Amino acid sequence: MNEPAGGESPFSAAKWYELFSRGARDWLRHDAKVRDAVRRHLPELVGAGEIIGGAARTVRVPVTLLEHYRFRLRRSAEQQSVGQGAAKPGDVFADPTHRPAPSGKGPGGEDEGEVQLLLELKVEDIVEWLWEEMRLPNLKPRAGPSEETEWIREGWDRRGARSRLDRRRSFKELVKRRGAPGAVPTFTDEDLRFRQLARRRRPAVRAAVFFLLDVSGSMSERDRQLAKSFFFWTVQGLRCQYRMLETVFVAHTTEAWEFTESEFFQVSGTGGTVASKGFGKVSEIIAERFAAQQYNVYVYYASDGDNAASDVAAAREALGALESQTCFCGYVEVAAGMSRRLETETGRLFSERAAAGGAVDSCVLTGFEDIWAALRTFFAAQERAAEDA
Amino acid sequence: MSGEWRTLVPRIEQLARSLGLDFHPVEFEAVPDSFMMEIAVYGLPVRMPHWSFGVRYIYQLIQRHMGHSRLFEVVFPGNPGHAYLSAGNGLAENALVCAHVLGHADFSRKNLLFQRCQGQVSERIVEHAAQHARQIQQAIETHGLERVEAALDAALALEQHIDVDQPLRRPAYPQYLEPGKALADDAFRRRFAALEPAGPAVGVTAPQRAPLPPHPERDLLWFVAQYAPEMENWERDIFLAVREESFYFHPVFATQIMNEGWASYWHARLLREADFIPQQAYLDAIRCHSEVVRPVAADAQVALSVNPYHLGFSLWEHIVAQRGLEAAFAIRTEDDDFAFIRNHLTRDLAEELGLFRYRARDGKVTVLEADLDALHEAILAPKYNFGAPAVWVRRVCADGTLELGHDHRLDGRGLDLQRSRKVLEYLQRLWRRPVRLVTVDEDGADLELSVS
Repeated sequence: MNEPAGGESPFSAAKWYELFSRGARDWLRHDAKVRDAVRRHLPELVGAGEIIGGAARTVRVPVTLLEHYRFRLRRSAEQQSVGQGAAKPGDVFADPTHRPAPSGKGPGGEDEGEVQLLLELKVEDIVEWLWEEMRLPNLKPRAGPSEETEWIREGWDRRGARSRLDRRRSFKELVKRRGAPGAVPTFTDEDLRFRQLARRRRPAVRAAVFFLLDVSGSMSERDRQLAKSFFFWTVQGLRCQYRMLETVFVAHTTEAWEFTESEFFQVSGTGGTVASKGFGKVSEIIAERFAAQQYNVYVYYASDGDNAASDVAAAREALGALESQTCFCGYVEVAAGMSRRLETETGRLFSERAAAGGAVDSCVLTGFEDIWAALRTFFAAQERAAEDA
Repeated sequence: MSGEWRTLVPRIEQLARSLGLDFHPVEFEAVPDSFMMEIAVYGLPVRMPHWSFGVRYIYQLIQRHMGHSRLFEVVFPGNPGHAYLSAGNGLAENALVCAHVLGHADFSRKNLLFQRCQGQVSERIVEHAAQHARQIQQAIETHGLERVEAALDAALALEQHIDVDQPLRRPAYPQYLEPGKALADDAFRRRFAALEPAGPAVGVTAPQRAPLPPHPERDLLWFVAQYAPEMENWERDIFLAVREESFYFHPVFATQIMNEGWASYWHARLLREADFIPQQAYLDAIRCHSEVVRPVAADAQVALSVNPYHLGFSLWEHIVAQRGLEAAFAIRTEDDDFAFIRNHLTRDLAEELGLFRYRARDGKVTVLEADLDALHEAILAPKYNFGAPAVWVRRVCADGTLELGHDHRLDGRGLDLQRSRKVLEYLQRLWRRPVRLVTVDEDGADLELSVS
């Protein structure tokens, strides 16, 4: 009876519990549920302003553990219970388990001690969700005539560098040979097989994204924050599509300058707005560094839409020139806290181009909650643009 | 760490039987700590999957990392019983644990509440639960995780809402009201009839449909499984599987103080009388005993809860000393915690153990006047109704709406509304018609929650 239980007990024979943890399985299910719940709030997640901490590849979302609800009595201010130890009637002491009553009505796990979970979501995952959520067919990478070469494995040879020795293959040869009468039962040079590499050419798929930001005096800090969040998610979206994504950051007031990514988001300026300078600078950089045949070029322009009246004609021309160099131009009008609808100078400019059938689109950001809709608009517009092309 | 302890088991068993313990054979198995923890989380070695166990698992992991007490053993009643010992136990700990397990095995064989439960659920609950887990795994494969999870969300939320006074396999309510009994034809009846000669004939009406339920119904799991208008059969099976496991958990819950106390009494006594245990192992075992069976943590003066091991152990020691072993055996057979505490926790003993009632308010604990009856009730308060609020089925309306009522007079206050609403939401997904619940708000006025 006290022998280690034999075959008839399903629990002892196999020791399955050393291989499998039900607790971990159900925990993973809980985790998946939390992720689903978070995912349902994707627009808010994307809108959360503080995500773009530079090179961070994850987004941290604080969540509480899910509670499996049961009927419970209402919390009462006073509880009676029984304790044990050296205490006389009338003694008063502090309750070590006491925590201030939770404000509001949210059911907190007051009995088990609240555990906050920092859910770490990969930016890639969120982008993937975004993609699914928007039901976008993937953008078709447009391949230019240029090619890149890469080395791939192809075939085996009896000679080669030691590092390319394919042991498995060599061993097979040995086994084959052993079958023959009078064979030597150890490895010989005849058995060795080395992997060969071949050069393969493939069309290059590259993209360059220009982020053009208006930093004139009329752009508030919050406007820039909005633009920045939007730019962040746009880069993420495009990175899914292109193995090699180059980003260029340009800011302009009445002049235009190129910045590095980290500098770019710190920039602030004063003075007026001359959009044509910004467009001109971008055109210049494209011509200089990104030959149109090799790159898919995207331009995103964020501005509050005020452009100097004297610049209208020049800006129209510059934008026209830019359009011919790019796959897509997007314009985001940032107007934190206001509800305008693209009735600004720059807004009109882009509407004109869109009406004329150009690969451009525009939309308005008045708050973080609009970023979601903006992404949707732009990716759909790009898709159309790609199909037209 | 070999199986040295296994050689002790038959001798401890022999000693236990010679002292009068009566138990089914127990299969001992040493398992890793990680598995011990899972058994504690699930309550059974193999149990249905559900994410809420995952949450408990994480809480356990956190507690273990914070260095809270570790588990030495878990035992499941039955014939044979199953006892799982932590593989990390030393010889002394295992000697103690084996003796402890035999105490439990005796208790679960002889206690009436356990007997009744095992008579209904079977003596092989561990295997039954594994069967349920398999059945639910199959349901997941057939019907998809989402739907099975919806059923489990509801069923497990109502886990405590069973009626153990009714049989496990319970017949449906009679469809019709019992026709009134023919009145006895005696002298009184004849004189009474003579008073009002034109009275209508009594007792010959058409059979009347019984209302549903004919009386407030406590067994929510059974009621839903039996009467939900549009539930699939596999969903009903899930409800009944959860209910069966609850029937098994009930005596464990309702006799915890007695049962743990009994096992602790017996491990102490068996070790004391076991001359075959090496001296050093005995000392180690006794040290281990006093760590488990102690009223307050080593570095504290006062505990704000009662250690059931210590309370039960002290009561049993007292009973055996005062009234003899035979009386103790009778009490172990007949009582549950309610009777045990009320009958045997005397004023002197409560004083000796330093038990006190307290009131906690705004982070301040005030010790209350000694009052034995109030003390009994304060200890027992969390044990009423399987530890759940008194929520009963009131009626099913003509449109299929399920109406639940909460007896706030019994519980002293109303339900937590947010949680209750969530439970109704779980339930509504299975009932598939509106569900509502009547309870009271802070001021005692009726309050209705409904989900449709």
